[in-house]
Order: sequence, then C-alpha cells, then structure tokens
Amino acid sequence: MGLLTNLINGISLGSVYAIIALGYTMVYGIAKMLNFAHGDVIMVGGYICFIAMNNVGLPPVVAVLLSIVGCTCLGIVVERLAYKPLREAPSLAVLITAIGVSYFLQNTALLVWGADPKAFRSVIDSPSIKLFNGQLTVSPVSIVTVLACVAIMVGLTLFTSRTKMGKAMRACSEDKGAAQLMGINVNTTISMVFAIGSGLAAIAGVLLCSTYPTLMPTTGSLPGIKAFTAAVIGGIGSIPGAALGGVLLGIIEIFAKAYIGTQLADAIVFAVLIVVLLIRPAGLLGKEIHEKV
Amino acid sequence: MNTFDMSRRGFVRLSGVAAVIALAGCDSSAGGGSASAGDTFMIGGIGPVTGAAAIYGSATKYGAQVAVDEVNAAGAVKMELNWQDDEHDPEKSVNAYNTLKDWGMQILVGTTTTTPCVAVSTETNADRIFQLTPSASSVNVLGGEEIGADSPRKDNVFQMCFTDPNQGTASAQYISQQKLGTKIAVIYNNADAYSTGIYQKFVEEAGALELEIVSTQTFTDDQTDFSVQVGDAKDKGADLLFLPIYYTPASLILSEAKKQGYAPRFFGVDGMDGILTLEGFDTELAEGVMLLTPFVATAEDEATQAFNEAYKAASGSNENPNQFAADAYDCVKALAQAIETAGITPDMATDAMCDALIAQFTDPGFSYAGLTGESSWSVTGEVTKTPKGMVIEGGVYMPLDA
Repeated sequence: MGLLTNLINGISLGSVYAIIALGYTMVYGIAKMLNFAHGDVIMVGGYICFIAMNNVGLPPVVAVLLSIVGCTCLGIVVERLAYKPLREAPSLAVLITAIGVSYFLQNTALLVWGADPKAFRSVIDSPSIKLFNGQLTVSPVSIVTVLACVAIMVGLTLFTSRTKMGKAMRACSEDKGAAQLMGINVNTTISMVFAIGSGLAAIAGVLLCSTYPTLMPTTGSLPGIKAFTAAVIGGIGSIPGAALGGVLLGIIEIFAKAYIGTQLADAIVFAVLIVVLLIRPAGLLGKEIHEKV
Repeated sequence: MNTFDMSRRGFVRLSGVAAVIALAGCDSSAGGGSASAGDTFMIGGIGPVTGAAAIYGSATKYGAQVAVDEVNAAGAVKMELNWQDDEHDPEKSVNAYNTLKDWGMQILVGTTTTTPCVAVSTETNADRIFQLTPSASSVNVLGGEEIGADSPRKDNVFQMCFTDPNQGTASAQYISQQKLGTKIAVIYNNADAYSTGIYQKFVEEAGALELEIVSTQTFTDDQTDFSVQVGDAKDKGADLLFLPIYYTPASLILSEAKKQGYAPRFFGVDGMDGILTLEGFDTELAEGVMLLTPFVATAEDEATQAFNEAYKAASGSNENPNQFAADAYDCVKALAQAIETAGITPDMATDAMCDALIAQFTDPGFSYAGLTGESSWSVTGEVTKTPKGMVIEGGVYMPLDA
C-alpha cells in the first residue's frame, strides 16, 4: 500500500511539473528560447489567486480565471518589453535577459507582497477520497492536477496541429524567414506563444500552491528548474515529451525520497537528467536535429 | 525554504556592495567602539523582521521595545533600542551587527534565530560586547563543548530561552510523563542546527525513558512536499508526531496529514509558536497541536495581561504576544536588573561593561523573575526555568494543565 501511495503522490507531483514543463517546452519549441522567468510567472499566478481569494473574497473559480488573465497579460508585457527588442540578438543575450526578468519578478514580488510566507488555501475544498478502508487516500487536488495536465497536453497538441495559429507557430519554429515570406506575422505569433505559456503558468501556479500550500516570492524557482529538467528529459520542444518527463520526474523524486533518502532526492533527480542526456541527447521523445555546416 | 535559496543568490549579487559597507563599518567602529551617548545605555537588537522567520523577529522587536519603554518610565536606568533586520540570514546578520556597532551599541539583545546567532556571537565575543539572546537556542550560540576544543566557550553570550538539548529532553520527558503517545514519529530539518539539536537530545532522552520511535524522517530547507514523510509516519502507525521544526514547514505537514487522513497527536517546540499568525493559515489544521514553551499569553496573571496590552499597543496589531516577545521583554528587563544590581553606568567602556555583566549574570545569587518564569544562569550561559505545556484550542494557545 505504501508503494501505491507513493506512486499516487509521485504522479500528482509529476503532473504539476508536467504543466510547468509544457509552458517551457512550448516557448522553446517555437521561439527557440529558454524562458527562465517561467517559474516566476507561476509565483505571480499563485499570488494573484491568493489575493483574489483571501483579500478580495472572490470564489475560487473566478480567482483562477483572474490569475490566468493576469499572467497572460504579464507574459505579453514581458515579451514585448524584454524579449522582442532582442529578436535578432544571439540566443545567449536572450537567455541572460530571461534570468534578469526572473530576478526582476522575484524582487518585485518581494517588495509588493513581502517575504513572509503565505498559507495558500486549496482552490478545491473537498475532503480526500478514501480507498481500502482509509489505507489509501487521494486528494481531489491531485486528481484535478492530473486531469488538467492531460487536458492541456491534448489541447496543445491539437492546437498546434489543427488550427491556423498553431500551424503558423510550427512554421515559425521551423524557419522564421520562410514563415515571414509566407505571410505569417512572426512577432504576433511569438507573442501569442508567450501568452499561452504564461496562461499555463498561472494554472500551474494555482495547482502547485494548492498541492503544497505555501506561497512566497521564490515559490516558483525550484519547481521551475525541476520542470525545465523534466522538459529536457522528455525532449525539449516536444509537447508529449514534456508531459512524460514531468510525470517521470515526479515519480522518481517521490520514490527516491521514500526508498533512498530525503536528502538525496534532488541529487537523484538531476542525476537522472545526466544519464538521459548521455544515452539520448535529444531527450526521450525529442527529435534529433542535425545541424548543417 | 525557498527564501533562503533566494537570499543566497541575492547575496552573491550584493556581496560586492556589502563588502564595501562592511569595510567602511570596521573603519569607523575602530575609532568609536567604546563611545556612548552619555547617560543612556545603547541597546542593539537583531532579528528577522522580514523573511520566512519574520514572525519571530517582529515579536522580539516589539517585546524588547515594550520592556525598554517600561525601564525608561521607571527611571533608574535609561535605555535606547535600535532594532536591525537580518532576514534570518547569517551574512545579513553580521552586516546588521556592524551597523549597530557604528551606531554605538553597548549591549546586544539578539539575535532572534539560531543560525545567524552562531555567526554574530562569534563577533560579539571577539569585540567583547555583552550579548543576551531571547530565542537562539542552540548550544553553538554559547560556544559550548559541542563545537570542539579549538572553539572555546563564548563567555559573553547568554540565553533567555532553553537550549535546544533542553527542549528535546523536556519534550521527551513531558510526553513520557503525560503518556501522550506510545509510538512516536519524528520529522526534522537536518539542514538546520536548531532542529537537529533538539532531535538528537529528544532521541537520547526517549531512549532512556523507553519511548518507542517508529519513524524518523528528515527534510531540507527547500522542500514543500511532505507526502513521503507523513506517509511513513502513518504507515508505521505512529500516534504522536514530534515536530522539532519552525512553523512554515509545520503548516505544510499539518496540511499534508489532513490530506492523507492521518490524525495523530502533534507535538511541537517553540518554533511552532507563530503558526496561528501565518497569513492565510487555516487554524483548524492546528487544532489540538501541543507545544512546550515557557510563556502562555492566555495566562491569567497580572504581569502577563499587562504585557499583552502593552505589546498590542506597541505592535499596532490585535495579536497576543508569543513566547519570543516575552523572551525579548525578559532579556531587556533582566539586563536592567543586572545593570542596577551591579551598579553599571552607561559611560563605561563596552568591554568593562561586558565583564561586569558576565560577573553579575553568573553570580549564583542572581536570578530574575519575569514573564517566562524564574530564570537563573549557569556559568555556561544557559538558562534554568520550567517549561509549560500549551495546546491550541479554537485557534488560541491554552495552557495544558494535565
């Protein structure tokens, strides 16, 4: 029973990583940049939801929607101010800018909301489901997280393969210049990618804080880095890969904690990354791209 | 906790600036180290007023202020308090200490939390400034035998709270005497000196009292997922979960236990104090949580009630003071008593003042009766007093008189 409990906890944690990783992979796959501020957008999403529920007293559903809208706007603004001017700059410059944005968001949150941790009340307020005479309990947040993860993954896959905007995104990802020649507005498309990524970050933030009810300006940084790892394990740029990587990472982390040791869990998570990259440099579901010289 | 990670990263970027400030601090303090402001004792205070441990720092700050106001009103001794924030970070704490030295501090009340205090107490020891900490409870704060022969005891450092070993020992004795649990689980932070210190002594004493510890789980500062730790305690059938940790991870553990439908008796130490004032915290989660602490705000005696009122006025909030506030209050009042008894004057050099206060505090005849009970100090700087049990009922701390 302990094994099953750990598996459920692992899938629950992994689904949170997966949703964050989907945001990372989406932006990387299309804009070809690592948005290290993604984890901090998650934190902002958590705060918007917390304030809407606790200080304004809005119902959870409205708070979540508000959080999604807020983060989407934040994503667009950040993209416009920080990343758009660097569209033609080398990728290293964009990477450093993303780290700068990450610090900026963290420290702004520190100024606005203070460093005191807040106890986040779960948006899904119903008792845990008990199975096998209470030996096994499943929290409703975990179920919602898993469902949300699957829904987002399927939704994004359909969006990029079926819709006009989605196809435009894939075109930009393959060749920006050619896409532009075909009449695609590359700038708008990339802004759209950031909007979607940041909206996903809001959902991830709310679910993360509902699962682990604490909120402070650095709440997003460690899960952000782990989710980035998950995206790389799964094959960065691949949507199903991000989901797979996230869930795998969650399960590995919980199992490592339970059967090897709590201190070693993080080390093991990153060791797995190294092993995967040694065996499959493009990640589990990533496509190997041969650069032409 | 992520805050610590952030402050570490933040520190790297700020360290250049900080180094310059620290150097500037050394220069000016070398000239003005023993200067004082005439007839007033310059009391410095350090503790986290922001950050993850802000509840402790704010409580000690206002508690100390209430006592300073009372001492000044009484008239025999005049004091001025200058409180600096350290965000529960050792480097920032040392910077705060240097700021206070520039200001002309003669006596330090602080620091509030253990890890920064270990760093700052080394500085005060070298500078010969008398230090009385309200709540830094590790023996390493005092020097003590546990940090090795090459690091002698810091004779200028005294504590108002119990040392960690005493908290661990007292908790085990209390659990055994009151028969609170037969199968005990422990979750502690093995990256934290405070938590580990209590845990070690608890295990030692539990062994002597034949308490059965069925599950021991650890975590480190950054962790927010406690499903494995709580799950293990549940699987092993523990009926008492001992939490020698601070309140932020404790709130996550309580929430996780509820999620897993696990309801043992929760037993905390003084780090648990503050959980009820955590913003957004569902106080129902803490219902029935027990903790050992020397101060109970709901006690009926006149001194406690008067302190409650003064504290609320000073802090501008409606919250009752916690034991950190009472400890800080007692620090200042004990200092005032020692200063009066020993006939120390504000114009003395800080090192002479330090020696006179050490002699007074270690005098076997010296004891101070305050909010946290009758305190007396050993030559090692540890305090002796009797802990009281508290239980959280209906969102407030109630004395546990069983």
